[in-house]
Amino acid sequence: MRFVLNGRQVDVRAHAMKRLLDVLREDCGLTGTKEGCGEGECGACTVLVDGRAVNACLVPFGQVRGRRVLTIEGLKGTHPLQAAFVGEGGTQCGICTPGMIMAAAALAKDATLEDVRLGLAGNICRCTGYTGIYRAIAKSRGRKGPRGTLRPQP
Amino acid sequence: MRTAMSALELIEPRSLGHALEILRDRQPVVPLAGCTDIYVALNAGAPAGTRFLNLWPLDVLRGIRLRNGVLSIGALTSYSEIIRSPLARRRVPALVAASREIGAVQIQNRGTIGGNVANASPAGDTLPVLAATDAVVVLRSAGGTRRVPFNGFYTGYRKTVMLPGEIITAIEIPPVAGRQWFRKVGTRAAQAISKVVVAAVRAPHPRIAFGSVAPTVVRVPRTEQLLANGGSIDEAAAMLLTEIHPIDDMRSTAEYRARVACNLLRAFWTETA
Amino acid sequence: MMTASAVPVLGAGDLPVGGGRLCRPEGPMRAVGRNMPRRDGIEKVTGAARYIDDLSFPGMLYGRTVRSSIPCGRIRAVNLPPDTAGLTVVDHRDIPGRNVIALIVDDQPCLVEHVVRHFAEPIVLLAHRDREKLLAADVDIEYEPATPVFDPLRSPTVFKSIAMTKGDVSAGFAQADLIVEGEYRVGHQEHVYIEPNGVIAVPENGGVTLYGSLQCPYYVQKALRVALDLPPEKLRVVQAETGGGFGGKEEYPSIIAAHAGLLALKARRPVKLVYDRAEDMVATTKRHPGIIRCRTGVKRDGRLTAIDIDVVLDGGAYTTLSPVVLSRAVIHATGPYRCDHVRVNGRVVMTNTPPNGAFRGFGAPQTQFAAEVHMERIAETLGIDPVRLREINALRAGDTTATGQVLGRDTSALAVLKEAVRRTDFRRRRRALRGTGRGLGLALFFHGAGFTGAGEVKLASRASLELTERGARVLVASTEIGQGARTVHAQIVADTLGLPYDAIEVARADTARVPDSGPTVASRTSMVVGGLLERCAREMKRKLGRLTPREYLRRHGPLVVTKQYEPPSAAVFDEQTYRGTAYGTYAWACDVAEVQLDPVTYEIRPVAFTAVQEIGRALNPTLAAGQIEGGTAQGIGYALLEEVVMQDGRMANAQLTNYMVPTTMDAPRIDVAILERRYRHGPFGAKGVGELPFDGAAPAIANAARHLGLDVRALPITPERVMEAAGAATVGADRGGRPGRDGRADT
Repeated sequence: MRFVLNGRQVDVRAHAMKRLLDVLREDCGLTGTKEGCGEGECGACTVLVDGRAVNACLVPFGQVRGRRVLTIEGLKGTHPLQAAFVGEGGTQCGICTPGMIMAAAALAKDATLEDVRLGLAGNICRCTGYTGIYRAIAKSRGRKGPRGTLRPQP
Repeated sequence: MRTAMSALELIEPRSLGHALEILRDRQPVVPLAGCTDIYVALNAGAPAGTRFLNLWPLDVLRGIRLRNGVLSIGALTSYSEIIRSPLARRRVPALVAASREIGAVQIQNRGTIGGNVANASPAGDTLPVLAATDAVVVLRSAGGTRRVPFNGFYTGYRKTVMLPGEIITAIEIPPVAGRQWFRKVGTRAAQAISKVVVAAVRAPHPRIAFGSVAPTVVRVPRTEQLLANGGSIDEAAAMLLTEIHPIDDMRSTAEYRARVACNLLRAFWTETA
Repeated sequence: MMTASAVPVLGAGDLPVGGGRLCRPEGPMRAVGRNMPRRDGIEKVTGAARYIDDLSFPGMLYGRTVRSSIPCGRIRAVNLPPDTAGLTVVDHRDIPGRNVIALIVDDQPCLVEHVVRHFAEPIVLLAHRDREKLLAADVDIEYEPATPVFDPLRSPTVFKSIAMTKGDVSAGFAQADLIVEGEYRVGHQEHVYIEPNGVIAVPENGGVTLYGSLQCPYYVQKALRVALDLPPEKLRVVQAETGGGFGGKEEYPSIIAAHAGLLALKARRPVKLVYDRAEDMVATTKRHPGIIRCRTGVKRDGRLTAIDIDVVLDGGAYTTLSPVVLSRAVIHATGPYRCDHVRVNGRVVMTNTPPNGAFRGFGAPQTQFAAEVHMERIAETLGIDPVRLREINALRAGDTTATGQVLGRDTSALAVLKEAVRRTDFRRRRRALRGTGRGLGLALFFHGAGFTGAGEVKLASRASLELTERGARVLVASTEIGQGARTVHAQIVADTLGLPYDAIEVARADTARVPDSGPTVASRTSMVVGGLLERCAREMKRKLGRLTPREYLRRHGPLVVTKQYEPPSAAVFDEQTYRGTAYGTYAWACDVAEVQLDPVTYEIRPVAFTAVQEIGRALNPTLAAGQIEGGTAQGIGYALLEEVVMQDGRMANAQLTNYMVPTTMDAPRIDVAILERRYRHGPFGAKGVGELPFDGAAPAIANAARHLGLDVRALPITPERVMEAAGAATVGADRGGRPGRDGRADT
């Protein structure tokens, strides 16, 4: 089935009822999107479909036909949020981080702190108490553009 | 994921008409909208069925329009679309308020009003709004269209008047005269199932509906009538307790739900005075 | 309007960076005390970090655990599915070693033999290449149920009891002008690490290698040596990136690793055993519920004359770590207060529920909740200002604790209290909030750092430092679980060696590679293990002399320095009498919570929170603040939202839909101030910070609720309990103060 994954046209074969989360992790080899609950509560599986944040554990693969899907890998380490999360304590154990960054990336550019809290209410973090996440988002707004690419060690 | 995928089938209809034919000819088949309820059950190993019909691509089932003064909301309209709709904000702000309280943004982007109604949970957050505004459910099958008053759509706990082969195609809300009020009391501030949820319209004859205090969403006609006749809010609160039947469950107690329902009634009355 | 603000780190001023070599760095400090970016940050924000479920091995099978569906009884028969082709089945008979999860008391079986003692107890293990076939395999178990014990106060089995006495409580009560009594209750708490438990076992080298989401690789190795009857060199344990622990992955992983290991050995294939959220919540360890009875004698002027406390903790079906949880609970039960006459009797008992275990705070949150709410009631009863009551009784340097330990100069109870009161303008704000539907409360608390008593000596932890071309490599069994262990260890080594932070690597926690540095628990990772690394780095620096690492390697070959724990003083702790030096040092804190009561819904919402915490030294202020903010948020969940609903000995609300942890909408702004008062024996003066922040959040909130007139003595403080406490007549929409949110929907 054809869809656009992280900016590229792809054709992936998988059962239509398989969760988008599992298709990404198993059939596309993209393990950045995580499973935390399988109930749509924790938001660790958040990806963007046509620019909107959704829980990939609740999306059947068949409903992604022709859509644009963006995962944490699709940010390619260049999104200002990514560097900011590292520097400002926005990530601790990191398991909620990909979903949190994707949800944060979908927030309006002029979101106030209250908007951010509402917009991230579907992403549970057990480590930070959220304060470091707000700091990271505020810091990322201060930047004009990405300050270089974050590349993990091989 | 506790359900075996290989046992499941997803059917892709070419059009709404084709979908209705499939619903007529290939029962049992479970229609899929945004999947925010169905996939939770699938994940938990309690699938609603084995054959599913993908309604998601049918854009004809989306959209919010005004037709002869009646607001028509396509069944596949998501909560986010309702929240963003200037028409919905003007006409049914209570529905917008309810949509904001469902889950969080990820659920709002996928959950649909048709799904909320069809899922038939007594805790469905949009349901008290539809009850209080005397909405109409538009049902279609291969055999035609029928309209059912929302207050009459549920016959018991998770039971509706829908016939095999029917799907909800739209929810219609007639013009609402009076101030609208909505409040959800959840298990926490966001991403919560309601313990008590209420929607109301302030008018000479007020319309008040509660969720999570009975096997279905309920209007409270005797309480409404008492207030319409000029009764006091204290009398109305006492009458309310005879019209709702909250229970103890893992989330809350009957006593809490009853007490808070009364408090909400008072708050509605005070704030819309 | 959003601003990113720095964390204020305040020096206590009056103490020199005290005595001894341990606090005087030999080079310019370039890393310690600064917000060095966390080591694994890039991997985590790009999705490259590999957690256990991200890993796969060739030929891997999936595992599944078949668990009991009754809380108590005997197994009559186990009926396997008719078609077992491709299915690996393991039961207790397949255990090569002893059928036990070795920990303190070896009473917990690895797999049930005949007797079931809790719901979801593991009985049979299955593995298959095909997950659907694995799921479909139907194992039918027949039971003879017996009568379970669920009420800890009625349990016939005591795992451990402890009696701690100081002075003579009868004499103390005789001196009292007033006696205040109370009973306080706290329930289970579930960790909800966002990554559930998981292990992959790979049979190789005549043994098995375990990869897992875990805090203590050597605990796993020790347990598996007994169950699998393999020597340590055949039991390699490797920590995968771990998505949260909080104590829930301290001892539990030994069980899931034993299970995966058994399947892998029988199938002779790698086996991945990963729990989903529901299984993790139902079957794994939780915080011990507690019933704490306090009886306190006080003088009219507020001085405590006698403290008499009875603690009952619910251990669940097996002993696990309960004796140690009880120990810490008992030692912290008085709160950070001085009193000449103290008696604390504690016991931890069996119930037929899944065993409880380690969870951040480890007994101290339970008893300090009681202690601080009790102090507030004392203040109320005497008509004394709650701050004044704490000032009078707070422990000071030179005072003796309930175990008779004389406290050192790094005793900061008064300092954190003063700072918290100043920052929040506590007295004035409390007066101003009267009648507004908002309440303000505080909690003063402390937390002993490191293992209790002789625990650290018994652990005999070791750390190694290996010279590399660029600098050095840290070799410790400490696990990064989000707290920043890798980062802080690299900072300590960098500054001690006088090398750049980036020149220090940190090796993976792999038992084939690193020595046993002890478990990543008890707030010891920076203080104890970091301290070992500091000693390693000193010796390495001496050996390097003027040579660069590269020059040294060329000239002398490889260099690995290893250091083992040495107690900083001769002070001892007697585990029979519970007298002596319980901890090398304590960290101190004062939390202030402001809450809003919604008179329509009885919900209590935290609207502001201040946490003033003295942790010796903030080795990395951002990371330290992260521990404080995160621990506080978890404590707020414990206070207001998190309730494990047990029905017939099983968790009925085992979904995140029904077990509520704080979201962004439930966590208030947390104002953090870190006080530094160097601990002589901690690296660069550091104490522990991981658990302290959790201890005080719940009592601060309970005391804020008390300020509103709500007498709450149990957690969580749910709206249902508030409604009961408020009484229908006194709290309503007409009590004053607006509802928290307006229901009007016409905008």
